[in-house]
Amino acid sequence: MSTPKNENAIKKNGRIVIVGASLAGLRAAEALRNEGFTGHLTIIGDEPHDPYDRPPLSKQVQKGWVRADHTKLPRLREINAEWKLGVAATSLDRAKRVVRLANGEQIGGDRLLIATGVRARQWPNREEAALKGVFTLRTCDDAAHLQAALAANPRRVLVIGAGFIGSEVASVCRTLGLKVTVAERAAAPLAGALGNVIGAIAAEMQRDAGVDLRTGVSVSALEGDAKGHVRRAHLSDGSTLDIDVVLASLGSIRNVEWLDGSGLAAGFWGVACDAGCRAFDIHGVVTDHIFVAGDVARSPHVLYEYQFLSTEFWGNAVLGAQIAAHNMVCAETDRRPYLLVPSNWSGQFGVNIKTIGVPAFGDELIFTQGSPKHRRFAAAYGRRGRIVGAVTFDHGKWLQFYKAQIMRSGPFPPLQAEFDLPADMRVIPADFPARGVPTAAPDVVLTGHDPSERVAEYRPRTARAEIRKAATAANKEQKKQWRVAS
Amino acid sequence: MTPEQAFTEAMKFENRPNPYPFFDELRKTPVARVTNGIYVVTGYKEILALIHDPRISADLRNRPNRPNRAQTDPSNGDGAEIEAELLEKYGKDPMMIIADPPDHDRARRQAMRHFGPPHSPDVIPNMEPACVRIVNDMLDKTKDKKRMDVVDDYAYPLPVTVICRIMGVPLKDEPQFHAWIADMMAGAELGPDAATEEGKRRKEKASASRIGFRKYIIQLVENAEKKPSEGMISKLAHDDGPDGRMSPSEIANNVALIFIAGHDSTVNLISHCVLTFLRNPGTIDLLRRRRDLIPRAIEEVLRLESSVNFWPTWTALADIEINGTTIPSGSPIFFMYGAANRDPRKFRDPNKFDLEREEKESLGWGAGIHVCFGGQLARLEVNTAVEAFLRRVENPKLVIDPPPYRRNALFRGPLHVLIDVDGVRD
Repeated sequence: MSTPKNENAIKKNGRIVIVGASLAGLRAAEALRNEGFTGHLTIIGDEPHDPYDRPPLSKQVQKGWVRADHTKLPRLREINAEWKLGVAATSLDRAKRVVRLANGEQIGGDRLLIATGVRARQWPNREEAALKGVFTLRTCDDAAHLQAALAANPRRVLVIGAGFIGSEVASVCRTLGLKVTVAERAAAPLAGALGNVIGAIAAEMQRDAGVDLRTGVSVSALEGDAKGHVRRAHLSDGSTLDIDVVLASLGSIRNVEWLDGSGLAAGFWGVACDAGCRAFDIHGVVTDHIFVAGDVARSPHVLYEYQFLSTEFWGNAVLGAQIAAHNMVCAETDRRPYLLVPSNWSGQFGVNIKTIGVPAFGDELIFTQGSPKHRRFAAAYGRRGRIVGAVTFDHGKWLQFYKAQIMRSGPFPPLQAEFDLPADMRVIPADFPARGVPTAAPDVVLTGHDPSERVAEYRPRTARAEIRKAATAANKEQKKQWRVAS
Repeated sequence: MTPEQAFTEAMKFENRPNPYPFFDELRKTPVARVTNGIYVVTGYKEILALIHDPRISADLRNRPNRPNRAQTDPSNGDGAEIEAELLEKYGKDPMMIIADPPDHDRARRQAMRHFGPPHSPDVIPNMEPACVRIVNDMLDKTKDKKRMDVVDDYAYPLPVTVICRIMGVPLKDEPQFHAWIADMMAGAELGPDAATEEGKRRKEKASASRIGFRKYIIQLVENAEKKPSEGMISKLAHDDGPDGRMSPSEIANNVALIFIAGHDSTVNLISHCVLTFLRNPGTIDLLRRRRDLIPRAIEEVLRLESSVNFWPTWTALADIEINGTTIPSGSPIFFMYGAANRDPRKFRDPNKFDLEREEKESLGWGAGIHVCFGGQLARLEVNTAVEAFLRRVENPKLVIDPPPYRRNALFRGPLHVLIDVDGVRD
């Protein structure tokens, strides 16, 4: 049993290892020092760059306002850490309490924070993905390459997938005066995150801005020229497009492969942890020394039936890092729960979109304030008579009102505003697309109650090809379960 | 002390220099019913919740049984008729601070088009050279003096010059509109002082000055309509943006709002900065060494000495439950920013001027959709004024503490802040 003396010893001269050198990793390091941790701190990151901010990469950077390498995160304090950048962690030995790195180094520690985040899902056809002019957008290097391609005045840009990133880049293309086609498998942009009702408004925004938006289609093939540069796209409806730039914005994949064989509950939706950020093992038993934060974490949430919530939002990385850092070095009686009400923002087509809570958990929708027609409104999402989320278009200043109701699981329809009411205030189906397509998964998602069985499978260390095969099988299995669940 | 008593004391002129003990009393009941069924909110969390609640109106027309000032106020005398006439033509569309969405949102968009990003990102930054020149001119003028009044000699001229330029108001009219605004501010009393003979006289004077000021603003708007010129008044009068043009009455009311708010509260903040720095020994030396702390210091002063100490025009449009209290529909609500900014549940050791403070989000700029329209301009002005003061004024010492305050409880600020100085550097 751990005693206060042990915690004090950790705090004073323990060794803490943070794997992941982005927002969550940096903020956790700062929080640890704020907590009074004076021991040795190692931060490991597979990218060679100092921690940087990602939200501008799809907006200001693409517009050419800010250089891709000029979004470094502000440092909130000295952290006196040993940085190991440009070298990935490749495995975790829990028995020896050692993280192994790609360069063969071994880093031992008393506490580990897993903050390895996610990566962009690549265009599935490898040869096509390798064509010049085909991009994904996650890192600052990605952003620099895409920005250079957009600045070179391409004939047409094809954005595959109209989630937040794809929609934001399409918006930038129009600002830059570029022709852009958006191909989306669902019936509307942002449908996975916000449902088809709000998606229809987003679709109007795109079309009004001159985006060639094509919904209900997928891209079946990309074709290159003799020099290996992408020039043409074939769509599932039989049409073709002449294009010079392709952005595959197909959602993200959790960076959990390095944990293969560790026995942690890691899988498709990330690493399961308890409400105090402590990682679960594959049996659903909580670990003592390993913590998880940021995009890669999934933890049970009191507001959402204690389902495990996975959130790829900025605020999740910041708050998760703070809670994890605190709980890593505090006494057992001082631990804090991680109870974020997820919130997210996007800027596209001149509209500021904000969400609070988990819209995709809802199945009903009501416009509560403003005018959907003018794309200035607030809307609330409900499920079984409770408010579970809200979205605003240029109405962000009212989010607090909905947040307070979400936090106390208030009734749905929610408290009614007394002015600026929408013409139609009926409760309607939010019309989310059926779950099952990984690329259509929203970036805040409830992933069930079980830390391991349903969404994490034990994966022994195998050759890469076998891992891929296993992953495909797992995806298939998952889809099946989704279908069963829905 | 009952909440009523605490509220009355907090409004009294004699307590203007230090209303905070009474705010502390009031805050024991963060949402308290006081005189005339008014609900006074002094808790930080409570204001933040209510200010984001779309069941609370900023529009005075939503207050049941609201007396029409022009018709029912006998002190207006002959002025009442003139004002009624003005109201007829220019009073029907309220200024945005007392309007609700969607009208508020539209008006704010229309005004912001000519003031800030995204359409006019350069208006405020372009004022910086002028700000720097004005504050240094002021200091040059006081060079040979050993005593200066921070309010009249330093804080006032900067914001008034800048807002005149931005709005397109002739600076030569300053003595006239300064007098009007001073009367209007002095006559807008809410506490027991209003009922005294002197209070009634101040109110009378305020009514007369309000008419003079309104006529003046309306004249500026009408001139701008006829002949386009530089400045926001003309831009509003000739607006061709996506929301169209404000009505003449809306232009006049919003111009009056931006013009008054655009300098009065900034004067208070600059004066309070100097006052607070001098009350906390070592601050001036620290800020001279660490100029990067200046913006933080200004925000901390605004927390401690809120330029808009409270705002009284809110009305509950439904029964609203907050922290165990139900505010009945129709009740007037006052948000006491100055009290909430010293709420110990939000700010540790709240009366302390603390540059290391972690909790920085005060309600000094308000919050929600009515959050300060001119905040970025004010920040530029106050930063410029504080920087130059710190750099050039040698060994400033407070002469009188507390200084005399102006009468207005809402736009609370010192009348004079006298300081002795060793000199003014070049």
